[in-house]
Amino acid sequence: MGVKVYGATMSTCTARVLLCLEEMGAEYELVPIDFSTGEHKQPAHLARNPFGQVPAFEDGALILYESRAIARYILRKYKSSGGDLLKEGSLEESAMVDLWLEVESQQFNPAIGPIFYQIFIFPRFGNVPDQAVIDTNLEKLCKVLDVYEARLSKTKYLAGDFFSLADLSHVPLLHYFMATPHASVVNSRPHVKAWWEGVSSRPACKKVTAAMPASA
Amino acid sequence: MCSEREREREGVMGVKVYGPPTFTSAARVIAVLEEMGADYEVVPIDFAAGEHKHPAHLARNPFGQVPAFEDGDLMLFESRAIARYVARKHKSSGPDLLREGNLQESAMVDLWLEVESQQYNPIISSIVYECLISPIYGGVPDRKLIDANVEKLGKLLDLYEDRLSKTKFLAGDFFSLADLNHMPYSQYFMATPHASLFESRPHVKAWWEDLSSRPAVRKTTAGMPMAG
Repeated sequence: MGVKVYGATMSTCTARVLLCLEEMGAEYELVPIDFSTGEHKQPAHLARNPFGQVPAFEDGALILYESRAIARYILRKYKSSGGDLLKEGSLEESAMVDLWLEVESQQFNPAIGPIFYQIFIFPRFGNVPDQAVIDTNLEKLCKVLDVYEARLSKTKYLAGDFFSLADLSHVPLLHYFMATPHASVVNSRPHVKAWWEGVSSRPACKKVTAAMPASA
Repeated sequence: MCSEREREREGVMGVKVYGPPTFTSAARVIAVLEEMGADYEVVPIDFAAGEHKHPAHLARNPFGQVPAFEDGDLMLFESRAIARYVARKHKSSGPDLLREGNLQESAMVDLWLEVESQQYNPIISSIVYECLISPIYGGVPDRKLIDANVEKLGKLLDLYEDRLSKTKFLAGDFFSLADLNHMPYSQYFMATPHASLFESRPHVKAWWEDLSSRPAVRKTTAGMPMAG
């Protein structure tokens, strides 16, 4: 009996959870939630995720939502067979993992998220991307990436010289972003570029992002 | 401030929190330090003088924000990461706020920590900013934005009301960092005209009264004078 992920392969938050499962070599079943029929707002799904969002996650009697929380659970559960991406056994290392997880959550995501929505989501509803929103957030993102460039010139990965959830958590949105003309803001920063090339070429990342078509 | 001077006189080497204790993000860290009974010193950062953007502070927090945190050689920023570190470090001498020894309990703590971070914080910080902070600098509250967020907050608090009718605290029947991380913005929110959103929901109200009357929280909020 494996675990179940309720969501969609294209969804960035669902991908965050799938990446963790793939990194850990864990067995899982992806149960598709059909947004076009409003399935995410039906009682069955609201019972799993009261925000009507994806993903939701089921491990026996335990039902979880919020992809960043599910990610931690998966990495903790499968640590002995899959590897240690949280470093909870080390005070200093776990602090750095948590710090860069918060940077992803509080600095990176708010800047790159709106760009992703304008380019990939809004057109699906017949809207034209708002260039002003894109430009404002690109400027914010560049300032954030300057911090990343400085960090990655000192350490191989974000939390230190070890790969962690902090790196993995960036993959879904960056995967889509790198298919836009704005990829140059990553490619013009040599350490960020090298870090992205290393992270995105991991077998687990390649497998999950293969199901995330990035044509805008 | 008196307690910090006392500690200095005693020569106690604790950790340092850089930032004004009135800031919600600094208060988030101070609350955990108080809960864990840890020694600490608050080093004020003068925002009016732009100190948060000076090289000395940027070396601690490259985003030029507060708080920054120093424990010996370890420099941290991002209040929620610092809070986890403090809770983990002092776990054996204080309450277990993270439950990392239990897969199911830690999952619930993390879930409600993310609800605070991803769902609650954007809405409540905007209301607090528009109602309390922007006016200090001569800003006019954006009524449309406030109304939109008050409506969103109402729906979110219905969810909290439902949860807290089943469990005593957010992650379960145990107090955790998930409850504590809600404290700073909630404290200021209760000083806005919209406090009735809490008061009209009996389980949310009881949860808030419990949380806000904890000794560690009282000590922290004593340094947040703008709150009611």
